[in-house]
Amino acid sequence: MSETFRIAIVGSGPSGLSAAAHAAAKGISHVLLEKTDHLSDTIYRYQKGKHVMATPAQLVLRSDCDFAAGKREAVLEQWNADARKAGVNVLYNAEAKAITGAKGDFSIALTNGDVIKAETIILAIGTQGNPNLMRCDGASLPHVQYSLDDPAAFIDEHIFVFGGGDAGIENALGLAADQAQANVVTLVNRSADFARAKEANVKALMQARDNGRITILAETTPSLIEAGWVTVDTPQGSARHKCDRIIARMGSSPPRKFVEAAGIAFTSDAPSAFPHLSATFETTTPGIYVIGALAGYPLIKHCMNQGHDVVEYIDGRTDLKPADEPILEAKLAGLPGRMSVSEWLEYLRSRVEILYGLSALQMREFLLDSDVRAFRAGETIFERNMIGSSLFGIAQGSVRVEIDPKNPSNTVPIGAGSIFGEVGLISGRRRGATIRAGEDCIVVEIPRTAALKLMAQVAEARETVNRITTERQILQIFKSGLAPSDLEEVLAGAQVMEVRPGQAIIKEGELGDDLYIIRSGSMIVEKAVGGKQVFMSYVPAGSYSGEMAMIDGGPRTATVKAAIRSQVVRLPADPFRKLLARKPDLDAKMRGDMAARRQVNAFVEDQKDSFDGVVDMYSSVASFLIDQGIGEATDVLLIDESLCVGCDNCEKACADSHEGLSRLNREAGKTYAKIHVPTSCRHCEHPYCMTDCPPNAIQRGPDGEVFISDACIGCGNCQRNCPYDVIQMDKPPPEKPGLLSWMLFGKGPGPGEPDKAWREKQPKPAVEKGKVAIKCDMCIGKAGGPACVRACPTGAAIRVSPEDFLSVALLDRGAN
Amino acid sequence: MARSATVSQRRRSSTHESFLRHKGFLFLKVAVFVCVAAVAAYFFQHARPRPGGGTPLGYFLGTVGAGLIVWLALLGVRKRAVSSGHYSLKAWVSAHVYLGLSLIVIATLHTGFQFGWNVHTLAYGLMLLVIASGAIGVWAYVALPARLSENRGETTRKQMLAQIQSLDELIHEAAQGFPRDTAAIVRISLEQTDIGGGFWRRLFEDYRDCANLRALREIEAAQRTAGAHEAKALGEVAVLMRRKGDALGLARRQMHITALLEAWLFVHVPATFALLAALTVHIVSVFAYW
Repeated sequence: MSETFRIAIVGSGPSGLSAAAHAAAKGISHVLLEKTDHLSDTIYRYQKGKHVMATPAQLVLRSDCDFAAGKREAVLEQWNADARKAGVNVLYNAEAKAITGAKGDFSIALTNGDVIKAETIILAIGTQGNPNLMRCDGASLPHVQYSLDDPAAFIDEHIFVFGGGDAGIENALGLAADQAQANVVTLVNRSADFARAKEANVKALMQARDNGRITILAETTPSLIEAGWVTVDTPQGSARHKCDRIIARMGSSPPRKFVEAAGIAFTSDAPSAFPHLSATFETTTPGIYVIGALAGYPLIKHCMNQGHDVVEYIDGRTDLKPADEPILEAKLAGLPGRMSVSEWLEYLRSRVEILYGLSALQMREFLLDSDVRAFRAGETIFERNMIGSSLFGIAQGSVRVEIDPKNPSNTVPIGAGSIFGEVGLISGRRRGATIRAGEDCIVVEIPRTAALKLMAQVAEARETVNRITTERQILQIFKSGLAPSDLEEVLAGAQVMEVRPGQAIIKEGELGDDLYIIRSGSMIVEKAVGGKQVFMSYVPAGSYSGEMAMIDGGPRTATVKAAIRSQVVRLPADPFRKLLARKPDLDAKMRGDMAARRQVNAFVEDQKDSFDGVVDMYSSVASFLIDQGIGEATDVLLIDESLCVGCDNCEKACADSHEGLSRLNREAGKTYAKIHVPTSCRHCEHPYCMTDCPPNAIQRGPDGEVFISDACIGCGNCQRNCPYDVIQMDKPPPEKPGLLSWMLFGKGPGPGEPDKAWREKQPKPAVEKGKVAIKCDMCIGKAGGPACVRACPTGAAIRVSPEDFLSVALLDRGAN
Repeated sequence: MARSATVSQRRRSSTHESFLRHKGFLFLKVAVFVCVAAVAAYFFQHARPRPGGGTPLGYFLGTVGAGLIVWLALLGVRKRAVSSGHYSLKAWVSAHVYLGLSLIVIATLHTGFQFGWNVHTLAYGLMLLVIASGAIGVWAYVALPARLSENRGETTRKQMLAQIQSLDELIHEAAQGFPRDTAAIVRISLEQTDIGGGFWRRLFEDYRDCANLRALREIEAAQRTAGAHEAKALGEVAVLMRRKGDALGLARRQMHITALLEAWLFVHVPATFALLAALTVHIVSVFAYW
């Protein structure tokens, strides 16, 4: 071939394909080199039917190829069609071997002996094309493969999957999913745990292991591969297993040798290092550009945008704005002061303390998730008791916190540069105070996930948030007209501690006078009465403990231990006592609280003689509930089995108010002393289900309810993450005839979840809906509140929040 | 703000009170007040020629009573219609019980103690039948839930049935290689065991002729006459059948208590419909033959 192309693109993945399509659209002479006989090999080799995600959702796609989240097949089909339509000049089976020459006259030697000439080169080869290979003897045998297309294609085989990352685990699960295939699947992991994999995947894997579907060999490496057999080194010694197929998913690394041979420098010698790039993706060899995963951007959307942008750069356009520019422009449009996007970014970055440590690029990504808003003096930013978990940073002006709900004029100011709303961020509880703009101000609102990401990435931000949070939480707990300056001395000695479930921070009888603030999680207070541990009270996040010994001295009067994993702040006693001496209001308030707690203690002591059994009973019921995870619940359904007649009207009502599917299983679950905890969502303070939801479909509603929105893609992560088994995957049944036509004419299955037989008899809808995650949403948006409770005929079903229910003051309830 | 600025006033928490104690016996107090007022009015009236349905008070009590009966019957609809507004079925049941009981006084005073072999007294009798069966229901709802809970512990109905099924599988496996006659006995347990049976069986928990029990007896008999090797195999099956007997016992007791909880409804509901019919005839005839 003698033609010299303007651009040669190596690799037809999302970035390379996008670059080629854009070059084609612009009429630039180009060639796309693909080493296989199809486009986008990495995605081509995804497991059949795998859901391809399109994150980050806010990022605009700027490419001549289309892309939306969906099945692997649909994505590939779309790209093939786009490439054809754009007139991309693809050369299949063209694997680049070496690059020589300089800008304007490069030669790319192919493994088949051809040479391609080009003025510029875009390397979009990614890292997946270079999987880490098996290195033991026999690794070149044909039954060793580095990808798994269709797990359903193998039947009745002994299969070994090597690699404890997501790819390995997903493959192993796929192979073992259908028992009818009768595969014997073993997953081999070099290390002891699965630290690199997603938590949900690890959970699913462990579940499969417990069900006997997958064998896991940890701390194990292969030593010999033979036809039909594999020998592995385990901690217990060498073992030879029957093995018909090996799937190696041990990660991939940049094809460094090939890239370096073209004169391109890497940022470091680390195996994970990427090539050194300019702002226009140009490498240290002028005329060679690197984009996509090899440039360090593994997300498909990023890759596709880079493909587009790099062609523009090569074509001589230097004023190209990033793809997210219009979104940011729109976000910032309504604000006072006519500033450009980059001016705004710099303005916010230099004014809000927690943003100081961000680079311009990080700032851009950060603002995509966040909002900038202007408030006029006196305008409400949020109100007390609202549910909200976002964090606010003040760029300009100041806000006033109404610390006394009864007296709105009693306020504390927070000035520019600082943050507010951080308590909800950490404890997940409602807003503790109303906040209004003190003067005209500009604030940036950061959603919880973005704030957590920020804190994880930027150490300065994390420290700032932690310091301010502790200070504010203490101010909020003690109120009594304290100002931040009053706390300086106390905070100097403050210590943040992580507490394991069951670990005691205060032990009865021990000496100690420090005060503890419960920052997240919850505590239970126990006291030895007549040789038994009696449950005294439940202390939720946002309260304090240990004040009696601090104020009055003497040994600790009760044991305080964590109900769930918690975070507490220990405040040294001496500076605090000094503070009390200076602030009589605070002193009086704390003595008041203490007297109330003393009364409870005395009450229990009293009851001990007359109602020993009652105290015992209360104490053991409370401990049982804590064991059932009530300590992290915000709202839980309990059933008093001394009243429950087993009519299942709660389940029926649940199904009838939720598209025919009940989200609660009355009978399942633990029972103690006639208090039954059914399998139903507790709306955890820090919901496990929220941790890994790809479309971010799990949210908190205005009443604190954790619910799943229509954005659910049915991936099942939440179901695997929930420790209480309250999420099910199902699809809504067909609509039933109305209640009256059932009552009068016997039409349909009647109230409650329709049975399978009836469901199957109904005509299939034209568009079959997939299974989605289903859980209790506390009947969000229904004025009457949760249907399960409303529909209980005897009063057996009750919904409670732990701090109201777990109080020794309810002891006399036992007499009912 | 994107979120609503006001905190929702939705009712979330619920009081831990049974339907009888609802709101500090609110409906008991209402019912007692209604009864006392009705009795007082009855004795203070000057009915000519004598008290009865035709006097002003009689009409009034009759209207109140008929209205109450219709409203009380609507509990069946309320229970099944899950609407989204504020309502508490517990409150409805509480009112249903106490106001239902107050009907005894209201309706009796309405009759003016005039009874006879006619449709009017039939309606009155049906009403008493409905109330009496309802009273049994109240007793059942108070006394039985604890037994229901104690019996099942933490086992669900599904698990009970699964347990029986898995024991069946084990019995089937253990009986492989049995000679034809003993295999036939095992098949009695596997194929003829009726877990629940009809309503009456469940109500009286009468399972003396349980197929599993019969099979077990025969296996035990065969065991006594069999040789050592065979007796061991039979013994294994017998152990499994005893376990199946226990599992059946648990499930049957659960169904028995559930049947007790439902039995009164088989009188209460049909009698209610009969009452509504008789009541209609009573009202129509009274006005037609005035």
